[in-house]
Amino acid sequence: MIATVLTMAGLTLREAFRRRVLLAVIVLTVALLALSGWGFSRLAAESDAGALTSGEARLVAATLLNLVMFGFSLIAALGTAFLAGPTLSGETESGIALAVLARPVRRSAVLLGKWLGLAAFGSGFVVVAGLAQCVVVRLTVDYWPPHLATALTLLAAQTVVLLTLAVLLSTAISPMASGVVAVGLFGATWVAGVVGGVGEALGNEGVERIGTVSRMLLPTDGLWRGAMHGFQDPALLTQLDAGFEGHPFLSIAPLTAAYLGWTALWVAMVWGLAAAFFGRRDL
Amino acid sequence: MLLGLTAPDAGEVMLLGQPGTDPGARTRVGYLPELFRYQPWLTATEVLTLHVRLSGLEIPSSERQEQLALVGLAERAGDRVGGFSKGMQQRLGMAVALVARPELVVLDEPTSALDPLGRVDVRDIVLSLREQGVAVLLNSHLIGEVERVCDRVVILDRGRVAAEGSLAELLGRREVRLHVTDLPTGAEARMAQVGEVTRSGDWFTVLLPLDDIDTAIPDLVGDLVALGARLHAVEPARISLEEKLLGILREGAAR
Repeated sequence: MIATVLTMAGLTLREAFRRRVLLAVIVLTVALLALSGWGFSRLAAESDAGALTSGEARLVAATLLNLVMFGFSLIAALGTAFLAGPTLSGETESGIALAVLARPVRRSAVLLGKWLGLAAFGSGFVVVAGLAQCVVVRLTVDYWPPHLATALTLLAAQTVVLLTLAVLLSTAISPMASGVVAVGLFGATWVAGVVGGVGEALGNEGVERIGTVSRMLLPTDGLWRGAMHGFQDPALLTQLDAGFEGHPFLSIAPLTAAYLGWTALWVAMVWGLAAAFFGRRDL
Repeated sequence: MLLGLTAPDAGEVMLLGQPGTDPGARTRVGYLPELFRYQPWLTATEVLTLHVRLSGLEIPSSERQEQLALVGLAERAGDRVGGFSKGMQQRLGMAVALVARPELVVLDEPTSALDPLGRVDVRDIVLSLREQGVAVLLNSHLIGEVERVCDRVVILDRGRVAAEGSLAELLGRREVRLHVTDLPTGAEARMAQVGEVTRSGDWFTVLLPLDDIDTAIPDLVGDLVALGARLHAVEPARISLEEKLLGILREGAAR
């Protein structure tokens, strides 16, 4: 059972390497790092020249850092969601799964192995790229996030959540559709989160609820907000006035333990559902 | 269904003495699906390694290479499966089915993508498996293939068993075709004693009985000559599996 899980996880990672997914992701990451490095160095130059006050510069740096991190989480989301489709439903469609599942293996073990491989790939990417980005920021504007480890963990968790959803979708619908739906939902929740933030800033409970509900249904946006909170300078928030409450790239509060618990439960439930679908599927 | 790939509507599956619901029952089973596809980003050797690992057995690498050589892929062992032709993928599938020292091998249309030479190779492999005491379940529409290698045959018609038995049981009815001129009276009656007679011109086809097959033909020929018939040809004939299959399926369709 454990051997099967590890074998499948290794196989999935190898697939990511061999299918050039890793290469594509590295190219994108390097491009994003270079662009952001240039941006941050411009920012430092402006700040030194006295065009920006130190508070303004810090706000812009925090916003930019969160923006770039959002870019990374998007790359990770797209990468894993589009990898999850082919690796599961693509394999059942093409017939690769026939030979594998005829071996003395449980389907749930195969699914768990694939999920684990994808999770390792997505989280690994987010952590490495995020760290590299922080080094770039450190070198350019001399800023280091206060809760880097927490923030990167939450970012990785966000990837795992989306990936679990993509795995569930790919047990039920075609590979391409599952990727599109997963990424679409990811974007929709993010937008709903921003809308909810605006509602919060305006004191409109109805609008605010949109964000809260969407964050419960798909925890990617909630985790993302928690991660942002870890990246930004805590001094920033005390300096900000209420007008910044609805800001899409700044976060007011850290995550609650209850929300993290809900996220873990959500992942377990969605994975369980995926395993149930996959286990019953006729090949 | 046997391999747990589709769920049965009813009934129970026993595989090598173990319930089919237990994945462990498939440890000693090799399978070549009709839809044979293997991870295109792996090499042939890596595909075999993966299947050995999933089977949970320890198979030395030399044995894996032997399997590849057996199916004619020894020189392509290090190449990615993505660059393989359909025929090569099917050969690889055969190696995958055989790699984990199976006791039962399930082959679904194993020669569908192979050239005549490949078909002979597969036939030889199946026959050698039979000699090693490995059970082979061969599913095929190529009747000639089945007739050459199978001990027992089951004919399915719309999911139901229409006929089953050893080849001898299924094809037990032999015929003899006779070319007779100057037919004396009583000759046809003599032929009818042996079995059902069909006539077309001077040719008579006599269905032979299942028993005393060794004596029926010489006795009949001797009697016909004694009666004064002139025999030009005596040709033994056997109902081919194809004719038998067509007969059964047509019967099924008529019902």
